[in-house]
Amino acid sequence: MTAIEPSAFWEFVKSRGITFVSGVPDSTFKKTYDHMVDDPEIRYVPAVREDVALGIASAAYFQGEVGAVIMQNSGIGNVVNPLTSFSLMYHVPVLLIVGWRGYGGPPNDAPEHWVMGTKSTEILETLELPFEILETEGFEDCIDRLLATMNEKSVPGALLIRPGVVL
Amino acid sequence: MISRIDAIKIIADHVDDDELVISTTGMISREFFVTQDRPGNFYMLGSMGLASSFGLGLALLNPNQRVVVIEGDGSTLMSMGTLALIASEAPPNFLHIILDNESYESTGAQPSITGQIDLAEIAASCGYRHAERVEGAEQLARALTNGEGNHGPRLILAKVGIAPVKNISRVTHTPVEIRDQFHGAVAQNMA
Repeated sequence: MTAIEPSAFWEFVKSRGITFVSGVPDSTFKKTYDHMVDDPEIRYVPAVREDVALGIASAAYFQGEVGAVIMQNSGIGNVVNPLTSFSLMYHVPVLLIVGWRGYGGPPNDAPEHWVMGTKSTEILETLELPFEILETEGFEDCIDRLLATMNEKSVPGALLIRPGVVL
Repeated sequence: MISRIDAIKIIADHVDDDELVISTTGMISREFFVTQDRPGNFYMLGSMGLASSFGLGLALLNPNQRVVVIEGDGSTLMSMGTLALIASEAPPNFLHIILDNESYESTGAQPSITGQIDLAEIAASCGYRHAERVEGAEQLARALTNGEGNHGPRLILAKVGIAPVKNISRVTHTPVEIRDQFHGAVAQNMA
């Protein structure tokens, strides 16, 4: 399995009209994050929290576009309220690009990631939020499937990124 | 001391037709709704603390459009990091109005902590281009007049009284109606 190159990832995301991004960094996608920050075609706002990033990125919807939030899965806890009482209530889609720390549970990763590492998908399912687990093979189709569901339901969707899938 | 709804009436008088207004959850949105309902208003019905970040995103994407965020002391405190981010991004078209009654009035007027701390000073030290604290109708009107034009980010902290409006209506638009009307207002401005 060869990890997805940052340039390939972002060129594809941009080709789908996503150029307004806000978020909080994560080591799961370190080079991919750095690439995004340096990309002049992406307007990136470094947020102070994930809920703040969601508020900022959601503004893109009103320009006729879809914004994105880039974050670690520990931030899922911080976005539950804005997802339920903003995104899902107003039906404002936003793409959540989520580094999956603690994937597989203990003893993987650090102890602070064990609970969220095993509960991330359950929380998304409880909120009835569409999500895809990014794979290196055919990653374009994976993102397109998620964007199609988000567009059809007019809701946010989460792209979960396990360690090693992107750089 | 001026009541909050009287402050909102003064603010509404200073909002131009093409400006975007984001009002926070609770009574502030309800009072703005009964004072001046318009497509360019986004009533943030839930998500306490999110109005400022949503307004920041709008201001960055619509640099020729003034964005006015109206929130309370409680919601500002809940997302105080956003003050630093607004100052850091520094959109000149951003006007931030805090109606500070030192309480969580929407939930029964439980006290907040802004009797001891000054959110205007915090905004100023974060790096807002202008941040001032006003009391009373005249000072508020003067600050709003001075705040016209895109010389922000600007913050006006208006001290207001605890004065619930009896039998005030909820926002009667559905969330999706609010979204679509607002979308139309943004699109009209972009055209």
